[in-house]
Amino acid sequence: MARIWRFGANVNTDQIVPGRYAPYMLKNEDDLRKYPFIEARPEFASTVRPGDLIIAGPNFGCGSSREYAPLALKMVGIGAIIAPLFARIFYRNALNLGIPLFEADLTDQLEDGQEVEFNAETGVIIADGRTIQLPPPPEWMREVWREGGIVPFYRKYRRFPGAVSV
Amino acid sequence: MGQTLAEQILSHAAGRPVAAGENIVARVDLAMMHDSISPSIIKILHQELGADQVWDRDRVAVVVDHVAPAATIQNAEHQLALRRWVRQQQITHFFDVGRGISHPVLVEEGLARPGMLILGSDSHSTAYGAVGAFGTGMGSTDMALALATGQTWLRVPETVRILARGRFQPGVGAKDLGLRVARLIGADGATYQSVEWHGVEELSVSERMTLATLSIEIGGKAGIIPPTGPGWEEHAARLGISAPPWLRVEEGARYSRTVEVDLDALEPQISVPHFVDNVRDLSELGRVEVDVVYIGTCTNGHANDMAAAARILKGRKVARGVRLLVVPASSEALRQATADGTLATLLEAGAAIGTPGCGACIGRHMGVLAPGEVCLFTGNRNFRGRMGSPEAQIYLASPEVAAATAVLGYIAHPAEVVG
Repeated sequence: MARIWRFGANVNTDQIVPGRYAPYMLKNEDDLRKYPFIEARPEFASTVRPGDLIIAGPNFGCGSSREYAPLALKMVGIGAIIAPLFARIFYRNALNLGIPLFEADLTDQLEDGQEVEFNAETGVIIADGRTIQLPPPPEWMREVWREGGIVPFYRKYRRFPGAVSV
Repeated sequence: MGQTLAEQILSHAAGRPVAAGENIVARVDLAMMHDSISPSIIKILHQELGADQVWDRDRVAVVVDHVAPAATIQNAEHQLALRRWVRQQQITHFFDVGRGISHPVLVEEGLARPGMLILGSDSHSTAYGAVGAFGTGMGSTDMALALATGQTWLRVPETVRILARGRFQPGVGAKDLGLRVARLIGADGATYQSVEWHGVEELSVSERMTLATLSIEIGGKAGIIPPTGPGWEEHAARLGISAPPWLRVEEGARYSRTVEVDLDALEPQISVPHFVDNVRDLSELGRVEVDVVYIGTCTNGHANDMAAAARILKGRKVARGVRLLVVPASSEALRQATADGTLATLLEAGAAIGTPGCGACIGRHMGVLAPGEVCLFTGNRNFRGRMGSPEAQIYLASPEVAAATAVLGYIAHPAEVVG
């Protein structure tokens, strides 16, 4: 089962990981896993479980280009982030790290703390017996997920994703 | 059919005509990386991608600005490693502690020029639109891929056109226009779009950088001011650079939206905690007393910003109980402020002057806020916790409002001080 972590609109990367907790500021870079939402939701890092879902309002991840924000979420094993609109630097960073993203507004349909079943491959959430089908992500995004991120993708194919030519 | 400036630049970078909505691979003209993110970029470049060298040592700029000088032993170690890496890679363009914030530095050095595709490891890399470049911020992995290949992939963005009409009233300027647009279209109003700023030909390149940096605060992928008009021509003549002939505003370019702003009716705009688009007219703000006034950043720490503040502070003192921190955006801005007497005026008023760089904008050093403190900030973000304690309050405004606020101790219109 996956727990729902519900957030509002315009969650910025300073909320996800404040600049003072950047790897640049830490003695041990692995400590980054302790700091997602350290101020916005102090209980998050210690209680989140691998596979849990973030459900948020529009413009998730706005602000700084810091990749350590999605990296901290990857380190705690977040299963997917679902929001109607992602700020685009965050979208790219999360895609590059292989974190599943779905563009959908579920903030009215799921409660914070709710336990659901989730399948990232099919994009299906089952909540209290109700099935929610997430819109399928673009094929170029699935390409990257399959390899576990843009670095393994690039190392394997020596090209950028999608039907794009140089 | 005409092309937007973003489409023109990305067509050039892709080597073929491209239009909004297409996914493309593009050549990168310049890649900027700064101290805060360099450790992860370098690790991904060498250890994960297996590249030995950057693709072109003349097209990489490295700037130590985010924690400059180092605040902790960790920062100092990372910066030491960065300097070694710069030597080992024989990076041509390296700017160490004190030279200033990457964005004004690359513009002052003439490295950022019209028509270029510039990637930066910093979201405010939209700044390069001040000189008609497509500048965009990316994370560590995208930067490392660009350093390894000299290329990036992206979707050609649609364009929002901002159309300013009329003239700024006294005490009102580029910052107020930028915040007004944030208020009109919201923090996601230009998400993954290019923002083209029209009707601002009179503005200097520094003032254009105010608009270009604020473009990310409305979600912009880039924020481009056409390289025309007296502000651009002065910069171009001084540096001996020019815009490529293919880059020009074209009739028939397609904009997703046009947002008009009447400058004649624009009054100082204040962004209220904790979101940049939470903007009010100063006249509807009410009395807000402050503890700190902070003038700086890539948005409003330029020579003209310090000079504008000095005109209001001349012969006056910072209010009792208020601290005025001034962190010049670059050593060149500090040099100008020293030469024209601005610096002396600021010091006589009671300002504390910091090392050129990002300063307290990221809440790491040089003016971190305590719980309950209120800061009037000329920067670009007032997110909760941005400059220190999450219990602090950050208001964003222009340097003129900052100076008036420093004198009176509450957020004030410059006219309240200079009449």
